[in-house]
Amino acid sequence: MTAVTIELNGVKISDDVEPRQTLADFVRDRCGLTATHLGCEHGACGACTVVLDGEATRSCLSLAVMCDGRSVLTLEGLRTDPVMDVLRRHFHESHALQCGFCTPGMLMMARDILQRLPCPEDMTVRHELSGQICRCTGYANIVKAIVAAGQELGGRNLVDRAPADPADAAAFDSEGM
Amino acid sequence: MKAAPFEYVRAKTVAEASVLLGRKGVTTAAIAGGQSLVPMLGLRVALIDLLVDISRLEDLKVVTRTPDSVWLGALTTHAAIEDGLTPDAFGGLMRRIASQISYRAVRNRGTIGGSVALADPAADWPCCLIALDASVRIVGRNGVRVERVADFIQGQYETTLATGDIIMGFDIPAPAGRLRWGFAKVTRKSGAFAHSMAIATMRGKDGPAAVVLGAAGPHPRRLEATTGMLGLGESSEEQLRPAIAADLESHFADQDAYQKRMHTATILRAVREMRTQ
Repeated sequence: MTAVTIELNGVKISDDVEPRQTLADFVRDRCGLTATHLGCEHGACGACTVVLDGEATRSCLSLAVMCDGRSVLTLEGLRTDPVMDVLRRHFHESHALQCGFCTPGMLMMARDILQRLPCPEDMTVRHELSGQICRCTGYANIVKAIVAAGQELGGRNLVDRAPADPADAAAFDSEGM
Repeated sequence: MKAAPFEYVRAKTVAEASVLLGRKGVTTAAIAGGQSLVPMLGLRVALIDLLVDISRLEDLKVVTRTPDSVWLGALTTHAAIEDGLTPDAFGGLMRRIASQISYRAVRNRGTIGGSVALADPAADWPCCLIALDASVRIVGRNGVRVERVADFIQGQYETTLATGDIIMGFDIPAPAGRLRWGFAKVTRKSGAFAHSMAIATMRGKDGPAAVVLGAAGPHPRRLEATTGMLGLGESSEEQLRPAIAADLESHFADQDAYQKRMHTATILRAVREMRTQ
């Protein structure tokens, strides 16, 4: 067992974990947060998507022990998130779910898409969503909901991923590379 | 899908990681992004005693640009390259390659060093780095060595990595002048491993060219006959086809007729795209 401290939805949790335990199992079994779903457990379905240090991540492909000192957001931690608020409403209005199993992962990835791309079009959303599987095949309404949420937000929600050294990046840009 | 038990150590320095990975009598593995290794552990196709976490080694995160090359540390993620957070001296080729690897959530964690160390025959970076004639710097118990990526990858999941070796990063020569390039791959669904992948590059209007085919055999290969043909000005596709056939015959003879048609199509697509630039 290895001691870890993980900030989960803003709360620091310290515990001993087995090195082989995935972040998904830690979140679900140790912390009782079951919005993070496990479909395939090998990175193919996207149902377990969480945010690790600000980046969408498959929690089934991350070991809890490697997340020591890092911050994790699950769907439970986004109840008051402004982007998730808009997404939730559009998922409801567009009837963007059938059985609902893939929905947490779809919402997490949808939020990531809208934080990177302003007002994405249908085909862009489809491409960006290709790592999320809905076995009810309800993609049409999911895509519709994300496009509509993007329109409503109008790019106000973009998050910059700044280069490690912004001066460097500016220098490269000015060289036209 | 639960891994068998193993020990875990988070290395603080490259030297410590190298010593731990070289421990006698135990099966060890280094983990960076873990996007291939974690599922392999879960499926128990990889069985290890000790997992050495190299994901926080600052020495492997160095990214820098010199006048004649770009250095990408082994821990550079696909997403960082996709987002243009790393220097690009290759006219956007690496950004395009990165953007098509698996899915965004995987690209956020997966690293270029991990991809090359695993040496999956259908992986994108080996094909790309061979096309760009990149070198890999490796630190091991006997010091540091530098190898061309083309020599480093020896076969299907086979590299020159020995016990205790760690990839530091990649030295990618920056082409003098503008790099024109084309990239084509065939996947059953977006993000899946490719069944065929081709990259064509040329420096400027008629500089040195390279055509590399991946996902076709044990490892990607430069296609010399096709590359030679590209050097002859605007050779037509009718002229290119026999050269492609000759290259497929000499390097990928065991591919069936369907696969050869598919590879021919991806190579021609890559060449066409390059010629539009």
